[in-house]
Amino acid sequence: MTLLTIKGMRVEFPSRRGHVTAVQDLTLDVAPGEILGVVGESGAGKSTIGNAIIGLLEPPGEMTAGEITLQGDRIDTLDEVKMRAVRGARIGMIFQDPLTSLDPLQTVETQLIDTIRENLGVSEREGNERAVALLDAVGIPDPAIRIKQYPHQFSGGMRQRVVIALALCGEPDLIIADEPTTALDVSVQAQILDLMKGLCRDRNVGMILITHDMGVIAETADRVAVMYRGRVVETGTTEQIINHPTHEYTQSLISAVPPPGRRLARFPLVTYIEDAQERPEGLNLETHWLGQSRDYGAASDILLEIENLHMRFVTRGSIFPSKRLFLDAVKDVSLSIKSGEVFGLVGESGSGKSTIARMITGIYKPTSGSIRFAGQEITGLTRKDAAPLRRQMQMIFQDPFSSLNSRMRVKDIIAEPIHFHGLASSNAEAQKIVNDLLDVVGLGAQAAVKFPHEFSGGQRQRISIARALATRPRFLVCDEPTSALDVSIQAQVLNLLKDLQSELDLTMMFISHDLPVIRQMCDRVGVMRHGQLLEVSETESLFTNPQHEYTKHLLDLMPKFTGFGAQAAE
Amino acid sequence: MISFLIKRLLQSILVMLTVALIAFALFRYVGDPINNMVGQDTTLEERADLRERLGLDDPFFVQFGRFVVNAAQGEFGISYQHRRPVSELIAERAPATLELSLLSAILAIAIGIPMGVYTAIHRDGWLSRAFMSLSLIGISLPTFLIGILLILLFGVILRWLPTFGRGEVVQLGWWSTGFLTWSGIKALIMPAITLALFQMTLIMRLVRAEMLEVLRTDFVKFGRARGLPDRYIHFKTALKNTMVPVITIIGLQLGAIIAFAIITETVFQWPGMGLMFIQAVREVDIPIMAAYLVMIALIFVIINLIVDMLYYVVDPRLRVDRAATGH
Repeated sequence: MTLLTIKGMRVEFPSRRGHVTAVQDLTLDVAPGEILGVVGESGAGKSTIGNAIIGLLEPPGEMTAGEITLQGDRIDTLDEVKMRAVRGARIGMIFQDPLTSLDPLQTVETQLIDTIRENLGVSEREGNERAVALLDAVGIPDPAIRIKQYPHQFSGGMRQRVVIALALCGEPDLIIADEPTTALDVSVQAQILDLMKGLCRDRNVGMILITHDMGVIAETADRVAVMYRGRVVETGTTEQIINHPTHEYTQSLISAVPPPGRRLARFPLVTYIEDAQERPEGLNLETHWLGQSRDYGAASDILLEIENLHMRFVTRGSIFPSKRLFLDAVKDVSLSIKSGEVFGLVGESGSGKSTIARMITGIYKPTSGSIRFAGQEITGLTRKDAAPLRRQMQMIFQDPFSSLNSRMRVKDIIAEPIHFHGLASSNAEAQKIVNDLLDVVGLGAQAAVKFPHEFSGGQRQRISIARALATRPRFLVCDEPTSALDVSIQAQVLNLLKDLQSELDLTMMFISHDLPVIRQMCDRVGVMRHGQLLEVSETESLFTNPQHEYTKHLLDLMPKFTGFGAQAAE
Repeated sequence: MISFLIKRLLQSILVMLTVALIAFALFRYVGDPINNMVGQDTTLEERADLRERLGLDDPFFVQFGRFVVNAAQGEFGISYQHRRPVSELIAERAPATLELSLLSAILAIAIGIPMGVYTAIHRDGWLSRAFMSLSLIGISLPTFLIGILLILLFGVILRWLPTFGRGEVVQLGWWSTGFLTWSGIKALIMPAITLALFQMTLIMRLVRAEMLEVLRTDFVKFGRARGLPDRYIHFKTALKNTMVPVITIIGLQLGAIIAFAIITETVFQWPGMGLMFIQAVREVDIPIMAAYLVMIALIFVIINLIVDMLYYVVDPRLRVDRAATGH
């Protein structure tokens, strides 16, 4: 017998400019103990399904057609009071971000016990026993002690365990997990997925797992529904979808996931997406930057050299030195990057990758150690002396939404570094350079007069790239440039970066937590953990013959996603 | 926690010293204190003699030091106008102002917070809209106008409430209270409402804005998704999170109620410190002005200290115990 059936669901968001249909003609079912994966890119309507099932659509969204049946009872027509009895007790929900899902001002104990008592109506003592047992079941050590603590005293992975425990409080038969591991590190992600799989099996609970990550689906789901623009384009068993996808969109989506096992010349593009754009032809050096060549000396063999770099942050200040607490974000790191090379830096969150990037580009001042760029020491330089060197290195940030000033037009955003370094003699000249740069990144000059909010995430990242190229740098620092993007967009942006790197002879530092991406992009890779650089080696030998234990561990955890794409490319 | 408190105390002392310096500068440089004390027919020798006896020709820092030591003991000298120690005058007047402020603060909080919560939860209800429109009046009309309108309506036309003074007071030791007599309570009603109205609307609007913000957070949504009832989500989850930023503003507003009771006291001829201050300004009674300045600063500093400690009570994230944080 099926647990949940959705028939012909349609969700609309009325707005002043007509109705936006988020989901249409959706038909799904979940059996007890089964994990149904719902996969798709952002804007495909995945999360809307979860919210619609549990009756918590953001107003003004509403379900305008179809029916939802849970264990034979129709639930989409229930009123608010009856629906509340369904939430928690029959359907549990897990959200993406464990850092914001818990009430920061109440202990885990209060949150758990209150939820249990509201749903099951048991006594205080039984509630307490159940709460401790639940924490134990989700793998939190010393549950009787940890239960007295507040959410901020738990790490991200532990908090997601608490969230799962909370979702299980009412003993639901169905759990909807909306991107439950997206905010977590790879190693934690694997543990949480294992936990969820185990819970579903042991308690015979059905689960709808909503994610954009094919790797997560491949490892967790029994069956998969692929969504594209509010519709399910294909449903099947996981094995079927990954190895023999029939729909064109599924095929291109799967092939866009960078294969961990091999290095490709280019990332396969999701051709099914209409606005997938790639630059028609290569870069024309005659017109790029008004045909000027770079005005700094020829590159030496080693462009960037870092020695014994150390960064210490004060996490608790005190007038007594013995009471102060420090965090050594980067400990004694030495590395060198050759001209024309793409150097990858990989590690989990908090390993100090971004801190190194920020020290190189001068956002942070290192506590000790030296950074030499083109043979010149840059750590002790004054602002004015450093300016010509800073011009030669530019940075691309992770979040395309917060890294562009939303009140400036694109042309002014890109022209800003040109004016700052005094590189153009007139405004008209600067605009010419800007137009050329927009062509180079594949946006076209008509983008110049628009504002950042008129662009999608991938297009914004192209604007960031154009801005970084505006000073004709020879060194680019890319800090997780694609981790906020969908796979299809990621492929476009990474291809663009690869092309530019070879056409403009750029040296690059590429920071990522995503090993398959690192493998595609980089010549050499450094592995970081807890502020230390554990291992540096050629990319291929790192993947085939890792030296350090931690590298082996990371490679083990890497999603072994070798589906349709890998076979198709062979 | 302890080191934080010590740091805050040191900061407070610095603030108080700065205020004391300004108050002292009033004494020293706004007019000649000797001129203010003696009659017109005093000879120059007598003046010089008085100056020396009062220590007014000592170096600046000696005089300032003496002022601070005296102020710390509550001594601000003798009022020019009343010819009595300032400390005595303040002790006499303080109960009136403090009772008025206390009642206003209670009114503002007890009505402002529930109204804020109500308007946040029932965002589009007609009652919310009515509250919001009314609050606009409360926030935009000047205090004295509201006071005068109240006097006109309840004092002159309806003749329900007295229009000035404290009514009968009862002495409890040095404290004189108006809470124990019927006429005292009646006299308190209009000034308290006048003083509370602005703070009430401010608190209401602040609580509403913060609460709407909190109701949009993930943990509220997660609470709903696991079947917690509305009353639990609104009052146990959302309200507590709302209070963290609201406490700061309420604390500052409490100080403002006491400090700026001046206008209300003037309108209602309330025999409190504010009225005394206004009269002191008129008569250039510098010791009273200086004492008032220092006192108000002290009240603000104390309230801020209490607010900082309240944060610790409300927000566990500030009770840093890193040892317990782990994986």
